[in-house]
Amino acid sequence: MTAPALELIGLKKNFGPAEIIRGVDLAIPRAERHAIIGPNGAGKSTLFNLISGLIPLSAGEIRLNGEAVSGKPPFEINRRGLSRSFQVTNIFPAMSVFENVRCAVLWAKGERYAFWRSVGGNRAVTERTEEVLSAINLQSRRDVQAGVLTYAEQRALEIGITMAGGANVILLDEPTAGMSKAETERAVELIRRISEGRTLLIVEHDMSVVFGLADRISVLVYGEIIATGPPAEIRASRQVRDAYLGEEVP
Amino acid sequence: MSETASVLPGMKVAASRGGWLIWTLLAAAFALAPLLFRSGTSLTMMSLMGIAIIFALSYNMLLGQTGMLSFGHAVYFGLGAYFTVHAMNAVIEARLPVPVAAMPLVGGAAGLGFALLFGWVSTKRSGTAFAMISLGLAELVGSSSLILRSFFGGEEGVSTNRTKLLRLFDWNFGAQVQVYYLIAAWCLLCIALMYALTRTPFGRMCNAVRDNPERAQFVGYDPHRVRYIAFVLSGFFAGIAGGLTAINFELANAALFGASQSGNVLLATFIGGVGHFFGPILGAILVTFLQNMLSDVTEVWQLYFGLMFIATVMYAPGGISGLIMMHRPVWRAGALSRLMPGYGMMVVPVALAAAGAILVIEMATQIGVHGAQGTTMKLLGIGFDARSVPPWLVAGAMLGVGGLLARLVGRRIAAAWDDVRAMSLTHGGVA
Ligand SMILES: Nc1ncnc2c1ncn2[C@@H]1O[C@H](COP(=O)(O)OP(=O)(O)OP(=O)(O)O)[C@@H](O)[C@H]1O
Ligand SMILES: [Mg+2]
Repeated sequence: MTAPALELIGLKKNFGPAEIIRGVDLAIPRAERHAIIGPNGAGKSTLFNLISGLIPLSAGEIRLNGEAVSGKPPFEINRRGLSRSFQVTNIFPAMSVFENVRCAVLWAKGERYAFWRSVGGNRAVTERTEEVLSAINLQSRRDVQAGVLTYAEQRALEIGITMAGGANVILLDEPTAGMSKAETERAVELIRRISEGRTLLIVEHDMSVVFGLADRISVLVYGEIIATGPPAEIRASRQVRDAYLGEEVP
Repeated sequence: MSETASVLPGMKVAASRGGWLIWTLLAAAFALAPLLFRSGTSLTMMSLMGIAIIFALSYNMLLGQTGMLSFGHAVYFGLGAYFTVHAMNAVIEARLPVPVAAMPLVGGAAGLGFALLFGWVSTKRSGTAFAMISLGLAELVGSSSLILRSFFGGEEGVSTNRTKLLRLFDWNFGAQVQVYYLIAAWCLLCIALMYALTRTPFGRMCNAVRDNPERAQFVGYDPHRVRYIAFVLSGFFAGIAGGLTAINFELANAALFGASQSGNVLLATFIGGVGHFFGPILGAILVTFLQNMLSDVTEVWQLYFGLMFIATVMYAPGGISGLIMMHRPVWRAGALSRLMPGYGMMVVPVALAAAGAILVIEMATQIGVHGAQGTTMKLLGIGFDARSVPPWLVAGAMLGVGGLLARLVGRRIAAAWDDVRAMSLTHGGVA
């Protein structure tokens, strides 16, 4: 049996005396689209920060494709095939859209820290950059400074940077937050496409997105997963309704 | 670059043709400058400019490209100079067949070596921590130079003789014009290399780390490693500049890695503009020129530099290159003429206010520094007493009226800019 793409074992995180993640266990098999839902402040983003190596664990272990990655810095985890987006847009504001995407392609294409060859010389890098630009529909804005893009464009670029390296495990933190209905639909289409055959972990407040996209859903409340299962099961769960859905879904 | 050619054929070709034109013009400027400016002082100044260009560009690898503010960049410049001088003396002593033209490489190696040593710790963080450590390291090296007298030569430094090395093509580098060409060749080479660096994967990641070190980690890069490599390469080029200084003066002394040297390179880079590759080149030329000219006409020239720096930070944070590039889209849209009247008018209040400021500074200097010898002085051939009231009134009036007019004209320029922006927006919509 192959190891799960991502495995969380007894994860805990406290900030000072406050326990924010209180023992999370979760195994996500390869190529699953998995959504995490939960009320504001439940610890969803904190969970992503732990998995991606941004902040250290208080206890527990994280395995990526069977390999323990807890305690490793973010770039090591990224090189092992995990990529993430941020809830608050996190791009390279003074660089052009094209350069933003290209920077996210370089390591994956083996360029590393090369300072002895031209960045334009690697065909694979340029092709992949173009591919991502067209996937996020920003070709026409390629030479614009990323910092002056509209909000929706920046959100698209955020996804573009996340997908560019071709990671096998993708973490998206509220990718459609603040988008209009039409923009959300386009974003969901894009997410569906880029996560084809890959493992996706997505935090999302928009229930139509969640139920339309996810193979399985976990409900995180006060730092604990109270339920995990296929959408139909989660929708029907009494416990989930009481804890979360009841107040959020009209 | 064929892969991008398929996407934007016209643009790419035009860009590379423009690129060659610029490099050819630059090389021609370096080659022909001594024919235009023949005097000894010009040659000396142009030699210093070439060195300052390399030094400032190496500084901007840190500040502009990787987002690291150093207060101690002269360390690598000064150590480069010392190692070059010692290497030259060793070569002379042992009669080794090494030409003087190769000696700046020793400086580069020294700069690189010390950057490797000092850089590892200091580049862990950018921001304040990096700035403070750079200052501490500068102090450290400065005080070592007082202790290790046999290497640093105490007050008078260590001297050498550049004419005693191997001669190539019958050049002995006794004449300043030969030294100038040596510096010019190195300068051109270093400009090309540092420019090429910005167009490598590493160069692009420097910008990424400058913009957002956190995000850089999530695309697979270690910001510490990126900063460290940038620091080491920057030390290499600073060392080459130091080596050229050693050859130029046939001397290395402690002033070369002093705080004012570190401050000057920051000043030149910032005034030229950190946001564009050519900014520090302009800054180095301008600051070197003013340093030499101003120090002839006023003893408080550093004060004027300080004012210039403050003015840049406040009114043109992008420096000269930022001002130039701001006008590029306007020029392309053919709308530059709309801004010109305002700019033309601005000359008057700026000149007026500057004259007032100069008058105040020079009178204060006369009273404060030379008060004991009397307070009568001469400015532009007009004699007056710095302690009398009228000149102060004149200065105050010039400052006041200049400032007031500048505000009025400033509004006019802002309005013209609004017009131009609105125009280019509608044009952009069509295009
Ligand atoms: N660095 C930190 N230091 C202290 N407390 C923190 C820190 N980061 C998060 N928290 C706290 O942890 C809790 C969970 O925050 P988190 O951002 O993970 O919630 P979330 O589930 O993503 O919420 P939202 O839906 O609003 O994005 C919050 O109470 C927050 O204040
Ligand atoms: Mg969150």
